[in-house]
Amino acid sequence: MLNEVKVIAHNGKQYIPDLRNVNLRAPYRGRPEISTVKVDEQALVDICPLGAISSNPVRIDLGKCAFCGECAFAFPEKIKFTQDYKISSNIRENLIVKEGENHPILFDKDKIRKDIKKTFSKSLKLRAVSAGGDNSCENELGASGNANFDMGRYGIEFVASPRHADGIVITGPITENMAEPLQICYDAIPSPKIIILAGVDAISGGVFAGSPALNRSFLDKYKIDLYIAGNPTHPLTIVNALLDLTR
Amino acid sequence: MMIELENISRIRNNQSIDLNKITALSYHAFFDLSIKLFEQESKHCLTYFAYKKDKGLQFIMAVADDENHDIILLSHFLKSSEKQELKSLSETIFALHIFESEIHENFGVDFLNHPWLKPVRFAHNRANKKSQISNYPFYAIQSEELHEVGVGPIHAGIIEPGHFRFICNGENVLHLEIQFGWQHRGVEQLFLDKKHNLQRNILAENIAGDTVIGHTSTFVQTMEALADKQVSEQTQIERALALELERIAIHTGDIGALCTDAAYHLGSNVFAILRTLIINFTQFWCGNRFGKSLIRLGGTHLPFTEEFKKELLEVLLKFEKQFNEMAYVTYHLPSIQNRFDFVGTVSQKQARLIGTVGVSARMSQIERDIRVSHPNFAYQKYPYKTITAEKGDVFARFLLKKKEIARSIAWIRNLMDNYQFEASKTEKPNYNLTLQTNKLAISINEAWRGEVCHCAITNEEGNLEHYKITDPSLHNWKALELSLRNVEISDFPINNKSYNLSYCGHDL
Repeated sequence: MLNEVKVIAHNGKQYIPDLRNVNLRAPYRGRPEISTVKVDEQALVDICPLGAISSNPVRIDLGKCAFCGECAFAFPEKIKFTQDYKISSNIRENLIVKEGENHPILFDKDKIRKDIKKTFSKSLKLRAVSAGGDNSCENELGASGNANFDMGRYGIEFVASPRHADGIVITGPITENMAEPLQICYDAIPSPKIIILAGVDAISGGVFAGSPALNRSFLDKYKIDLYIAGNPTHPLTIVNALLDLTR
Repeated sequence: MMIELENISRIRNNQSIDLNKITALSYHAFFDLSIKLFEQESKHCLTYFAYKKDKGLQFIMAVADDENHDIILLSHFLKSSEKQELKSLSETIFALHIFESEIHENFGVDFLNHPWLKPVRFAHNRANKKSQISNYPFYAIQSEELHEVGVGPIHAGIIEPGHFRFICNGENVLHLEIQFGWQHRGVEQLFLDKKHNLQRNILAENIAGDTVIGHTSTFVQTMEALADKQVSEQTQIERALALELERIAIHTGDIGALCTDAAYHLGSNVFAILRTLIINFTQFWCGNRFGKSLIRLGGTHLPFTEEFKKELLEVLLKFEKQFNEMAYVTYHLPSIQNRFDFVGTVSQKQARLIGTVGVSARMSQIERDIRVSHPNFAYQKYPYKTITAEKGDVFARFLLKKKEIARSIAWIRNLMDNYQFEASKTEKPNYNLTLQTNKLAISINEAWRGEVCHCAITNEEGNLEHYKITDPSLHNWKALELSLRNVEISDFPINNKSYNLSYCGHDL
């Protein structure tokens, strides 16, 4: 007993008081900024292993980006990754960062379904479905609830049954073999409900995009309420995304 | 034809060999030689696979020889004009069951008298499309007293999908069968489809997100062996350092997860935040908490420096102090000991039979550790000494993880004391490697779960013709099934966590 009290005392306060404003140190790669410096755009486009960069004007689609940083290593004068970890939106196109437009990733609050704020702003229970996820995004979803990030303080939790859930968080590129279980899980969640895609694999298929072993047709059927970028997505990104959607 | 053991083809870890220098045998000779090889405890199968070549199937088997510290390579060929059936080796050497099952699933080769011929992962390019994941042939019982319990593929926590089917007598589990395939993304085929080496490098990072360093360092070593490219000493040392950091982080998380399942919340919380310390250091080094972007072909963008060394030593000091304090309490708690002791035991005999590797072998006093048996440069220069546990139960795995953390920290400290890191000792990555033609390269690393093995084959143009990945989980899942024999079903979670095996590493 005394030893346990010592452990608690020595560990002290572990939670991050303000999850909205944390200074992450470089080389953590968050939202990139693209300068207007002229470079060989084709070489820049070609360097991206996931085809996330397009030209004229230069854009990076964070829904396709693995945050490997290869573009910034090759063209440091053109691309710089900031430590801004708020890289999520309810609008897919808002994840595209454009040359010269250096502003935070925006939510379009008008396009958030009205019942989301009304129903989930005080309590949000989520069901996680890994559909081909590599276990890194899954780990980070779990870490969002640990003593450091403590997302439970906002009434946000992961639950063990779709019957208890207000929404679904999908990780992974959605394999053919998981297509049916995913659908069954979604159907079992009572309405109103939300769909969240966490991580590059879920948003665009990531490095697995185009693999014949995937079946992403689930995503064509429903409106996606939230896209959380990252590979894997950082717990700070996850918590902020959920707060921005529901509050 | 009798082949003597001295004459068979052998290579070292991280080396390549001409395809025509691999010992080619008739199946009959291959069969006899395999049985002879695996009679020895110092030999175990790293991988056994087949791929389509010319007018038939080329089979390759790689066997780790712990005594000679090298890898034995054997091959045989099955023409498509021949009857597609072979006598099963698994009947005698059960550890090969999963490899034969995989070949059967992918190419439709029948293995006669295979004791447990089951679908492995329902790969999209499997031979028999009628074999569906919704229709897995579970072992079934006809009994009034017994009942079945099905769990998954989606689980209660935030974990990957897999389906568990228990046959129970009341609370007691008689039999567990695990169905895989839900995570199948077609990874091995993607290694061939992706033509740029950076894409492949990223793909390797996403094989298993909890074993980023394990898989990516094995990938780069395989490709560098194919290209005959030597990376700098420091880069090789950095890869081993990252591997040990990954081990410390995941083992710590596992210990915390076991506390969670034993309803010991203090341990659960404290070990979780201790894991944060380590992965946040990894993020400080490379920008990613799991080490994605750190390991690159031919070199690195993110060299380790003396500044990192200073920070790492401070982090380890803090980690160790808090870890030891918490572990002292946790490992002496009667409620924890009572919960984990003598539960889910796998004997050494069973472990050898099913061919476990890594922690799942060492828990049963099998000294199987690639860092010792097939050390790469870093572990040759800074040797690692293996630790084992004795009993093979949940507590043995729980204890082994704690001891391995301490040993990894000691290994890192020794490295930090004796090696001067300088960015100038490293090179930038090189994605334009020219692969040698008609070669086979193999690389193995002791990742935190156990050995990760990658094997790549090039054709006459120097393009990748086949890429084979073997995650330690492929060898080890059977151990979880055995652990559940005669165990209360409520002890399933602690058994599962104590192994923490990979679904995506299995399904690929």
